[in-house]
Amino acid sequence: MVVADDFKAPGPSIFDFPPLYDGAPYWLTKPVLMALFGAVVVCALAWSAFANPKLVPRGMQNLGEMGYQFVRDQVARPFLGKDAERWMPLLLSLFFLILLWNFFGVIPLIQIPVASHIAFPIVFAITIYVIKIYLGIKHQGLGGYFKNMMFPPGLPKPIYVLLAPIEFLSNLIIAPFTHAVRLFANMFAGHLILAFFSMVGFWFLFEKPTPLGAGLGVVGAIMTIAMTGFEMFIEFLQAFLFTMLAAMYIGNSLHAEH
Amino acid sequence: MSVLAEVAGNLGAVGYGLAAIGPGIGVGIIFGQGVQAIARQPEAYGLIRQNMLLGFVLTEALALIGLVAPFIY
Repeated sequence: MVVADDFKAPGPSIFDFPPLYDGAPYWLTKPVLMALFGAVVVCALAWSAFANPKLVPRGMQNLGEMGYQFVRDQVARPFLGKDAERWMPLLLSLFFLILLWNFFGVIPLIQIPVASHIAFPIVFAITIYVIKIYLGIKHQGLGGYFKNMMFPPGLPKPIYVLLAPIEFLSNLIIAPFTHAVRLFANMFAGHLILAFFSMVGFWFLFEKPTPLGAGLGVVGAIMTIAMTGFEMFIEFLQAFLFTMLAAMYIGNSLHAEH
Repeated sequence: MSVLAEVAGNLGAVGYGLAAIGPGIGVGIIFGQGVQAIARQPEAYGLIRQNMLLGFVLTEALALIGLVAPFIY
């Protein structure tokens, strides 16, 4: 094939970063710096939007209230009902922090979605997991929480032999695992896809340009652009879904009837 | 004995291909039925979309586990 023999597709090694400068601690890498940067930017945006609220919103406050309204109406209210306002600070900061961290994947020069390192989503998922269990035991009692979780009422008795272990497993082990892995895997795969197509474009158009390979390089460049658009959609969707699931877990712990 | 057919390359890629079959069908069913439900009851759009996304998220988890498994083992 067209000099494809030398072409090396990017692998998981593109997620390994060296320490920022000589003598830096080994954990101080680009994703960590970007995680801190994202947190600072979210704080600054929230500060400029909500620190000095006016009755008639202008500028940043307009933008902030649009975001607040989106999270409240689409995420908080359907799952938390009348408790929505109490949990908005957590959900809003979660949503915007994850959204910004994800968008780092397509912002030029940064180009690393922070959540593609699984440590970051795991911290979020564990936080939600602890809140979920704490609230469940607080609002339903220790026995009541596990009873409501493992023995939903209104089923024939023998079913519970099957259902109880499945519910226990899916609520306490699989749910937090997939909560973290969903965000991680989407960002990881998306970043790999972008890296792969841009590598194809770069290799066949600049590194080893040949008459036959040029067509493939053009396809790679076009796919990079298309996939960047698709990636932005996925990044938004994953931030939304992560917040939605967090709201659902909290809501299930607050109200037993679900 | 001569080899008739052989699978070369990364087995993780093959495994992910297999793992994506089921969730692929499942996600198709969820969104197909969701769109049908919205067409029948446009006023219930919000409720249907919530449940559609919920089902999508739970089904997609299987595909994601398939994607991550080759990196763990």
